[in-house]
Amino acid sequence: MDLLYETLFNGLAIGSVLVLAALGLAVVFGLMGVINMAHGELMMLGAYTTFVVQNIFKAVVPEALFPIYILVAIPLAFVVSGLVGLLLEKTVIRRLYGRPLETLLATWGVSLILQQFVRSVSSAFALGLLVTVVGGLLIPRLTPKAWWHQRWTPLLGSGSWIGSGLVGIVVASVLGQQRVLDQPWFSARNIDVTAPTWLRGSIDVGAVNMPTARLFIIALTAIALIGVTWFLQKSVWGIRIRAVTQNRSMSSCLGIPTEKVDALTFLIGSGLAGVAGVAVTLLGSVGPNLGGNYIVDCFMVVVLGGVGKLAGTVLAALGIGVLSYLIGSGSLLLVWPAMPAGLNELITFFATTSMAKVLVFALIVVFLQVRPAGLFPQKGRMVEA
Amino acid sequence: MTSSNLVQTNNQAGGPGSGPGSNLLQLRGLNVYYGESHILRDVDLSVAPGQMVCLIGRNGVGKTTLLKTVIGLLRQRSGSVQLDGRELSPLAPHQRARRGIGYVPQGREIIAQLTVRENLLLGLEALPGGLGQTRHIDPLVFELFPILETFLNRRGGDLSGGQQQQLAIARALLGKPRLLLLDEPTEGIQPSVVLDIERAVRRIIETTGISVLLVEQHLHFVRQADWYYAMQKGGVVASGPTGDLSKEVVDRFLSV
Repeated sequence: MDLLYETLFNGLAIGSVLVLAALGLAVVFGLMGVINMAHGELMMLGAYTTFVVQNIFKAVVPEALFPIYILVAIPLAFVVSGLVGLLLEKTVIRRLYGRPLETLLATWGVSLILQQFVRSVSSAFALGLLVTVVGGLLIPRLTPKAWWHQRWTPLLGSGSWIGSGLVGIVVASVLGQQRVLDQPWFSARNIDVTAPTWLRGSIDVGAVNMPTARLFIIALTAIALIGVTWFLQKSVWGIRIRAVTQNRSMSSCLGIPTEKVDALTFLIGSGLAGVAGVAVTLLGSVGPNLGGNYIVDCFMVVVLGGVGKLAGTVLAALGIGVLSYLIGSGSLLLVWPAMPAGLNELITFFATTSMAKVLVFALIVVFLQVRPAGLFPQKGRMVEA
Repeated sequence: MTSSNLVQTNNQAGGPGSGPGSNLLQLRGLNVYYGESHILRDVDLSVAPGQMVCLIGRNGVGKTTLLKTVIGLLRQRSGSVQLDGRELSPLAPHQRARRGIGYVPQGREIIAQLTVRENLLLGLEALPGGLGQTRHIDPLVFELFPILETFLNRRGGDLSGGQQQQLAIARALLGKPRLLLLDEPTEGIQPSVVLDIERAVRRIIETTGISVLLVEQHLHFVRQADWYYAMQKGGVVASGPTGDLSKEVVDRFLSV
């Protein structure tokens, strides 16, 4: 029996990471309908933010304060990933609303860029990038307004980005002459975040051993869930977001600034990915490819849960987490020793982490054949396309 | 200019409140296209403060397009749309709503997944500061449409068509507009509710003094308006006081 509880607890912990990772996607994909393939990379940025915060605490802050670095990293990761997401929305995704295929391709490209970015970023690189982005965003504001309503405006738009990109490259290569500025920040190797001591122990409840790191992740997930639910259901911006996601043109006619709402929604979804990134660092070492490990699972969770439904996302993530752990760790065999021989053989065959994933995904595919709209389909009139 | 005069009219020639500066809404030489098809052709139209103006015409002549152009969902290729003498053309719909235009679209377009209360709250977004400033729902809307108070916590999508229409009008009203655009508010609604809506619209005009630009097919409702514009093939072809609506004009423009 204890074994069952322990298995359930571990499954729940894995499911919680999935909930956290998919929560942001549920906002971005579920509510806005934007397929953001770079969502995993936003998680990765959250993880790297944690790493940076940890190093700053190690280097600068008194040692007594080191244990709380993770609590500082959570809001910071939210801000960093959120701002990168916001930039992504303003520069790429905004231009592709209503064109899912192009969005998918473009954001996939962005995910590759972000991966390579953390591998090769140095101070010179970062400064050059900053010059490019600031230039690209400021040129429309510094030039006469009349230029932006002309037939040749699209040329001017892309031209200003190409121009500021070239300036950025020049800045980066000039600064790169300095050895100090040319050092890569992270390199392509995996990074290790040292969990503070209070997250390295475990608590025994009955005979079940619960690692505090996992308890922390479960608590973090619960807080994030409550926060997002409150925000969407009760806050002023939450009502605006729900209105815009359901009927964009009418919301606009009522006086809701839809572009601001889009930007904010995307910022929050991306920020949540960053928080998920913090949680992932507690589970092991992380690298630039972190995002790829999560993106498919995240989309699975959102689709299985029913697009646009937070409750569905939670249930789906916990379900997938518990089921993959039960099968993958082989504990189903231990919990139920008297299993019929045929089933026993089947489960044994799938009793590794990757094979368990295969089985779970196959089950999801079968499930979606029966209920294509997921666990909690939208009732009544569907969300406006 | 008589109502039976079917020559292209210039509203400047007649109609209460005409003349520069005195109109709340003023459309001049409006041309609107869907892609390459020319929908509105050189439309001139004006609505004076406190006036109720009705647009009549058969299906597909561009009445809804005209309202959509006023709120900003569609952009004109040429011509001007002015509210209080200020050009609206560069503004997005949400900015026009904040300038004082309330829009009740055809098909109501209430937000189905939100409750009646939330739908009403969205109406406050057109006020300065929007929802961040106030969450007070003016009791006038419950006086006009008591059913909304009863169903405050029900989802908008669960209301009947007539109730949704009342909700849509109440929502637009809460933004305290100076001009209310009503697109076929009685379409597909049971007769008793049609009368409720007519009565409410009349009360709104009496109590708040706002102007209304109405698209309507019910003759009874059309006659409530002060002035009419008749449209054909994307242009205004006749206009005059609704009191002068002759049988000829009605037959020509109102029969669906």
